[in-house]
Amino acid sequence: MNAANYLYISALLFTIGAVGVVVRRNAIVVFMCIELMLNAANLSFVTFSRINGNLDGQVMAFFTMVVAACEVVVGLAIIVTIYRSRRSASVDDASLLKR
Amino acid sequence: MTTSSSLVYLIALPLAGAVLLLLGGRRTDKWGHLLGTAMSASSFGVGLYQLMLMLDRPTEQRPVSQKLFEWINVGEFKVDAGLLLDQLSICFVLLITGVGTLIHIYSISYMSHDKDRRRFFAYLNLFIAAMLLLVLGDSYLNLYVGWEGVGLASYLLIGFWNQKPAYATASKKAFVMNRIGDMGLSFAIMIAFATMGTVSFAGVQEHAHHASEAALTGMGIMLLVAAAGKSAQFPLQAWLGDAMAGPTPVSALIHAATMVTAGVYLITRSNFVFDAAPTAQLLVVIVGAITLMFGALIGTAKDDIKKALAASTMSQIGYMILAAGLGPVGYAFAIMHLLTHGFFKAGMFLGAGSVMHGMNDEVNMRKYGALRKFMPITFVTFGLGYLAILGVPPFAGFYSKDMIIETAFNAGGAKGIILGVTTLIGAAITAFYMTRVMILTFTGTKRWDDNAHPHESPWLMWLPMAVLAIGSVSSGYLLSSGGALENWLHPLFDHHAEHEHHLLEPIVVSAMALTMVAIGVAIAFSKYARQEVSSVAPENVSIFTKIARQDLMQDRFNEAVFMRPGQALTTTLVAADEVVIDGAVRGVGQAAMSSGSALRGLQNGYVRSYAALILVGAIALIGAIWVVVQ
Amino acid sequence: MKWLSLLMLLPLAGAAIIAALPKNNEKAAKQAALATTLVVMAATIAMAVGFQRDNVDLQFVENYAWIPSFGINFALGVDAIALVLILMSTILAPVVVLAGWNEAHGGRWSVKTFYVLILVLETMMIGVFAATDLFLFYVIFEAMLIPVYFLIGGYGSGERSAAAVKFLLYSLFGGLLMLASIIALYVMSGAQGGHTFDLDKLSQLQMSSTTQNLLFLGFFIAFAIKAPVWPFHTWLPDAAKSATPGTSVLLLGVLDKVGTFGMIRYCLTLFPEASKTFTPLIMILAVISIVYGAFLAIGAKDIKRLIAYTSISHFGFITMGIFAMTSQAQSGATLYMFNHGFSTAALFLVAGWMIARRGSSTISEFGGLQRVTPVMAWSFFIAGMSSLALPGLSSFVSEFLVLVGTFTRYPVHAIIATFGIVLAALYILIPVQKALHGPTTVGNENLKDLNLREKVAIAPVIAVIVVLGFYPSPLLNVINPAAKHVISQMGFTDPVPSIGDK
Repeated sequence: MNAANYLYISALLFTIGAVGVVVRRNAIVVFMCIELMLNAANLSFVTFSRINGNLDGQVMAFFTMVVAACEVVVGLAIIVTIYRSRRSASVDDASLLKR
Repeated sequence: MTTSSSLVYLIALPLAGAVLLLLGGRRTDKWGHLLGTAMSASSFGVGLYQLMLMLDRPTEQRPVSQKLFEWINVGEFKVDAGLLLDQLSICFVLLITGVGTLIHIYSISYMSHDKDRRRFFAYLNLFIAAMLLLVLGDSYLNLYVGWEGVGLASYLLIGFWNQKPAYATASKKAFVMNRIGDMGLSFAIMIAFATMGTVSFAGVQEHAHHASEAALTGMGIMLLVAAAGKSAQFPLQAWLGDAMAGPTPVSALIHAATMVTAGVYLITRSNFVFDAAPTAQLLVVIVGAITLMFGALIGTAKDDIKKALAASTMSQIGYMILAAGLGPVGYAFAIMHLLTHGFFKAGMFLGAGSVMHGMNDEVNMRKYGALRKFMPITFVTFGLGYLAILGVPPFAGFYSKDMIIETAFNAGGAKGIILGVTTLIGAAITAFYMTRVMILTFTGTKRWDDNAHPHESPWLMWLPMAVLAIGSVSSGYLLSSGGALENWLHPLFDHHAEHEHHLLEPIVVSAMALTMVAIGVAIAFSKYARQEVSSVAPENVSIFTKIARQDLMQDRFNEAVFMRPGQALTTTLVAADEVVIDGAVRGVGQAAMSSGSALRGLQNGYVRSYAALILVGAIALIGAIWVVVQ
Repeated sequence: MKWLSLLMLLPLAGAAIIAALPKNNEKAAKQAALATTLVVMAATIAMAVGFQRDNVDLQFVENYAWIPSFGINFALGVDAIALVLILMSTILAPVVVLAGWNEAHGGRWSVKTFYVLILVLETMMIGVFAATDLFLFYVIFEAMLIPVYFLIGGYGSGERSAAAVKFLLYSLFGGLLMLASIIALYVMSGAQGGHTFDLDKLSQLQMSSTTQNLLFLGFFIAFAIKAPVWPFHTWLPDAAKSATPGTSVLLLGVLDKVGTFGMIRYCLTLFPEASKTFTPLIMILAVISIVYGAFLAIGAKDIKRLIAYTSISHFGFITMGIFAMTSQAQSGATLYMFNHGFSTAALFLVAGWMIARRGSSTISEFGGLQRVTPVMAWSFFIAGMSSLALPGLSSFVSEFLVLVGTFTRYPVHAIIATFGIVLAALYILIPVQKALHGPTTVGNENLKDLNLREKVAIAPVIAVIVVLGFYPSPLLNVINPAAKHVISQMGFTDPVPSIGDK
């Protein structure tokens, strides 16, 4: 099977994630879309690892997963705190940076 | 050269008087006028003493000098505060301090009702000091200090009653027009330094014949501009009429006898420049000729006695400038006319002041008439001055003015004829307007209001007038008998270029001049003595009279050509500074602010729009890399 | 004796004492400020006595390592030009304090703060003229803006904040260009024998003419804004109008001199070739400044703006004198800087008193003051006469030297500039007539004449104006060798009178 196909899927997943981040308001969904983008990147790494015949890409994918796990922890904590204080999980309601 | 340590007292005494009276303030009110007069009189005393010393010395040792201190010394530009008293400046010193002291005495009484009399005497002393510095300075730069000093004193005195806006404006006008002349003097000094490396009279005299004629012509023309400004000569004459706003003693001292003749002094003193620059010299003659006619014509139409006399002053100084422009043959006659004019014109101004004093400060001659009976002394002294200015023998003007007319005729060729005829016509017009002044003021029927009570002035006022009248009678004979003044001044001037023309015999010139004077007097008689004079100026007069009444349009001309465009330029520049230059600066600020507020819209605080921007940016970056790699 | 650092420390010590005083004791703060400035003045005069006037090298040199890793030193030293300017600054400081005894009231902050700012500013005024390390000069040059900003913005009148910001932005813009040039010089010095900010060593750098021109412009624009030269002048009228009279005196009298001083000390020394390249342009700008400033002064309706515009005209004369490159013009320019300090001080202080009494700075609001307040009117008149360079007053000597020196090399420029003296008569006599002459304007009948404190403040200024008009030699003899040195460093000699050709 052609390795390029994996890359196409990766690009597709990334695009879905990116569009999701831009269009969805719910913070949880935005968060899931970010995860989607990270995993799209992981898929690319693994594919390139396969194409190049070395393990660098796979190692990088592990790194990404660790970082993503940390990010989930911190990110979810923030989302929960915001929800508690503002009674909303919409990212548009948290436009506090402007002021 | 002989040195002396006492020259400085000539200037220091009146200067000390001025400083004391100005700093002393009201405390000196009681005796201020006495101190001022004493300072002026003692300066006259020092002048007489110097004259005696000078007479004792042989001719070549007569000039004395005194170096006071080093004033400016930068590189080659070395100017000491130094004084020089020679045969020329002693004439001026005695005129200034002599007439000055008489006018101080006159003013004690004339200004006795003014609560600022002390300030008046302070200014008079300041003037005397500055004028003496002008004639005693040994370099053009020292002269310049006195030159502007008398301008300042003149400004202060014209504006002595500056609570009246018109008087304040007149003083400002005089100062500004004088400054144009001063600018000419600055240029002359700069040219002298740039071409000859010195600004002292002795230095310039020494180097003048090495310098190029172009430089000397430039310097001469600039000196002429300076002289025109100070001496109210064409085209800078317009301030003198307005300067009559000052108290009458000021008009007599500054605007008749001394300050306005400084231009003649400057040209005579710079004889070495003009002798080597024929073009400049010709211009001097032209300016003199134009002004003598200009002033005379204005004089015919003035009803204000002081303005008529001022016009006459302008005209008489035109004679002097003309004579000074004729070169070595004319300098002595210019100075002689200057001295005699100093006597008779100062006397007449004081007479006018005396008339005004008795007539509630009325200056309109049409409101006078028949004053002879009420003011006999004033009439006699004024009348003697009148005969002197007409040039009737043996009064002073006869000697000095005839000499100028004769020299003008002898200038040679067409130039001589034109100048001679001009001076003759000027003499006729002078006779006309002065006779008019005499008739309107002293004879005929009374035209004054009933609340005027004409009376003779107190002795403090008529005494100086009498002294000046004696001068008007005798000074011409004394100065010219045996060529006294000519011989006295002779060593100062370079005579080797002299060439004697004798177009007309002196007796012929005198006859012609007297004939012209007689014609002028006759016309005036037929016009004013044989007919009733109206107490208001008639309106249905010829266009020439109207123009003459408006000073031959001099103010209109200045306003149209200089003042209005100047004001327009100022307004434009003020607006341009605000709009263009400051506008450009503010424009930069505005641009920064508006671009900031435009970009601020992007920072809306919505996470999703930030994310979208990041996305767009990333895609654009990748696209750019793509394009570059391709 | 370490004179210069002592001079810089004294006002700082005074400022510290004032800061330690209780807040409500305003009188003590004023007295302490006056005492400090007087001590500084005495110290400066004592230093000036020891100045060797025939020695053209820097004197009273001090040098301490400051930031050795960058080759930055705290280096001080004065030549005659700097000495004269420091002398002027320290003489003006007590006059300003005494004359503006009450001007700190009504400010945004306390009276104490006002005098602390003034004294800190005095330290910097001395430092900026004495610095011989480029970095030190730059730091003081910029740091001076801070006290002035607060003095205008905190104690001024009218739109004081806007004026303060405008002043700050203009100056910072110029400073930035200069900083770029300074860094460039520093970098180049690294390639030619070690990094340094020392003025003497930097002046021996080799550089291409393009580099030199660009760096010169960086410095010159900064100084032209400071001076101010047309067309960089529009901050001055606003700042002068809004500042208190005392601040205006320091601003126009001293701070602006940093611009013209910088042209001599930095532009000419560091970039002699570029200076020559740009001289024609600068001469034209100077002449424009003279005439333009004069016309704007004639058209000014506000008395403080009028004085600011006259200064633009006068700075044109100074700039012209500096770049005319003759000994008369150069000496004249330095003397002009000194004299302008005093004549502007007199004008501003008297104008300030007039404004304080009348409550308005519009010229037409005055009228007939000569009859009501003779001493004040006379002081204004004499200050005005000094501004129009009446012979016998100090500015005449300097103005005439500049003109005559310029004439020998640039006759056309000198001739146009001389027209400025007629315009000067107008811009002084118009306000004199409107404010002092004529009938007394309604509301002015009971204005008070100068009190003793004000008389004591203005008398020395007028005395300096008159004495130096008749006897400028003591000052000129100090300036002449230094001015001549500047000219010869640039490779110029005075033009020979043309009579030598024949």
